[in-house]
Amino acid sequence: MTAPAANPATTSSGDDLLVAVDCTKRFGGLLAVSDVDFSIPRGSIASLIGPNGAGKTTFFNMITGLYVPTTGSIKFDGTELTGRKPHEVVRLGIGRTFQNIRLFGNMTAEENVLVGLHHTLKGRWWQAILRPKSIIEEEAAALDRALALLDLVGLKKRAKTLARNLPYGDQRRLEIARALATEPKLLLLDEPTAGMNPEETRQLMDFVRTLRTSLGLTILLIEHDMKVVMGISDRVTVLDHGEKISEGTPDQVRADPRVIEAYLGRGAASVAGGGAEAGAEA
Amino acid sequence: MTTARTARRLSLPGPLRDLDRRRRNQLILGVVLVLAIVYPLVYRTLEAALPFLPWPGTAVLIVCSTFAILALGLNIVMGFAGLLDLGYVAFYAIGAYTTAFLASGHFGIHISWWIVVWIAVAIAALWGVLLGAPTLRLRGDYLAIVTLGFGEIVRIVFRNLGDVTLALPAFLGGAVLIGPNANLTGGNVGINPIDPPTIPLPWGGEIVFSNQNPVGSFYLILALLILTYFICIRLRDSKLGRAWMAIREDETAAAAMGINTVTTKLLAFSLGASFSGFAGAFTGAYQTAIFAESFNFAVSILVVVIIILGGIGSLRGVVIGAFAVQYVNLTLLAWASQYVNPPVQALGNATGIGLLREFNLVTFNYLIFGIVLAVMMVRRPEGLFPVEHAKAEMHGIGVSAEVTASSADELSLAEGDLVEAEPDSVAEAALKADTPPETIRKRDLPEDTP
Repeated sequence: MTAPAANPATTSSGDDLLVAVDCTKRFGGLLAVSDVDFSIPRGSIASLIGPNGAGKTTFFNMITGLYVPTTGSIKFDGTELTGRKPHEVVRLGIGRTFQNIRLFGNMTAEENVLVGLHHTLKGRWWQAILRPKSIIEEEAAALDRALALLDLVGLKKRAKTLARNLPYGDQRRLEIARALATEPKLLLLDEPTAGMNPEETRQLMDFVRTLRTSLGLTILLIEHDMKVVMGISDRVTVLDHGEKISEGTPDQVRADPRVIEAYLGRGAASVAGGGAEAGAEA
Repeated sequence: MTTARTARRLSLPGPLRDLDRRRRNQLILGVVLVLAIVYPLVYRTLEAALPFLPWPGTAVLIVCSTFAILALGLNIVMGFAGLLDLGYVAFYAIGAYTTAFLASGHFGIHISWWIVVWIAVAIAALWGVLLGAPTLRLRGDYLAIVTLGFGEIVRIVFRNLGDVTLALPAFLGGAVLIGPNANLTGGNVGINPIDPPTIPLPWGGEIVFSNQNPVGSFYLILALLILTYFICIRLRDSKLGRAWMAIREDETAAAAMGINTVTTKLLAFSLGASFSGFAGAFTGAYQTAIFAESFNFAVSILVVVIIILGGIGSLRGVVIGAFAVQYVNLTLLAWASQYVNPPVQALGNATGIGLLREFNLVTFNYLIFGIVLAVMMVRRPEGLFPVEHAKAEMHGIGVSAEVTASSADELSLAEGDLVEAEPDSVAEAALKADTPPETIRKRDLPEDTP
């Protein structure tokens, strides 16, 4: 198995929420992402994995509008994303969290989520001064929504706590609540379990699964730790040195010698590959 | 600002002590307002009765109020949106000159001040956008330098446009477009006199809000200050206020939440500038004369000092800061100098040191503000009346307590304390709220790890 084999998981089903074609990003002489084709079927949990420096976050930033691809195109729900600014991408329905938590530290948990609701609120600034009934109602509804979202991630009682004072795990969950507030169709989670212990990781993955079933979200996970995504993903895409080296179901990817090589180094493939395949069959 | 936050209309019905605090603050605000209204009427009597105390004159209170409006405006730019602006005086000058152009004999235009003030506000806001648009990519020091330059340019332009001749080159006909020697801005001499605001009285005559009538003028600027303060509260507690603070905290994350950072920052610049135009329109008309040199860099710095001293981001803080700084500047130093100057000058005469012989405490005002600011930075960097988060940030209050108290807190909080959301939320089972603090503690304490 030298090249990713064609299989049901990689073939586009025709109902893809996000489709990236031939995406390349160059920083001067550095080729961070090279000719990557990538798609996320609607309603699925997809994962983008790869060792550190594989180009995962660069790819992520191209989707969210922080970087413009050097070549290639990314379409979301039929709309071209390349060239759009980050806030426009959010308004199209892509919410995100950050690898290194980026909450608004000096604002309360509740205010953080309210900021996430920003683009869903219609009030203009002069209405904020005059504060007509419509604004009062809109703000009250926004506050209710924010508290409901905090409740969803188990932080209702932390609503008035400054984000910077929250424990680490709570900050991760607040970031997810804030991303959900932007009313995404696609939720991008950038290494959501970084710094978590196995138990917290398991809980978070359970929660991500719940998000898909109860809110109907499509989810893209970015991870460098393969184990985290294996149990939860419908499809796993592996990047290494900016190139897509494998794609498929978790079991297929786990058995792919190129993936094992990327993670464990040359020579490990023959030894570990057999074990992984045996595990997949069991 | 704890109090205003709990006083927010949309916040949850908090515990009783918050209500009490809100009542108490309403009471304090009421007392301050009554004092402000009564003081100009009894000032002469007070001064006559206790002449040895440093009573501020009504004219001083007018300057205080004007700077309070300036500080509230700059607070939107610096305190809310986190953009360092060192050329804020430019908009003050633009507001004042707009008033002078439209309500004086300079161009022979005499529009009522009550209309001119809104034109001045609009033009200052427009210039806020014009300055903001090209500088939005800049942050921190770079933005400070550009705005500083803008402040100086505006002053110099107003000073130099007193004698303008603009003609086409000779080979294009040499037609004179402006001038010759057109006096656009009054140059060094400034513009004088400017029409002050007036209100006609039903029984004939009129109230004139100029420096000939400081008491009446004080009530006018007090009304403008209250209006400004009210608008600032409303803006802070709106989605725009939250967007500003989000940009201040983390611009990238704010954009990732769907906030258009460009328009939001432009709004901060133009709304901040409009308040400055407001203050400028008042000052020009109240003084009935303006000079380009009075809109110098020191004014910008003074407003920044006021904000930092009062507590950046805190509306109450910056207003108190404005009154404190200008009171010290205009009244207290002059009062103190009558006790301090003679002995120091005597010492100078005795020792022959020229610096001491000509000592005058009043001229040391900026040195004193500089020292106070330096001391503040060390002892109380969040300002005199800080917002809650600044206090926490500067002193690390609540961080460790929050982590350890986490689970106990959860038990003690009554279930129905906060607004009712869906009782059986989907993730309740998946994410138990009390586990992370436990594990954090275990990880943080080395003796707990096996």
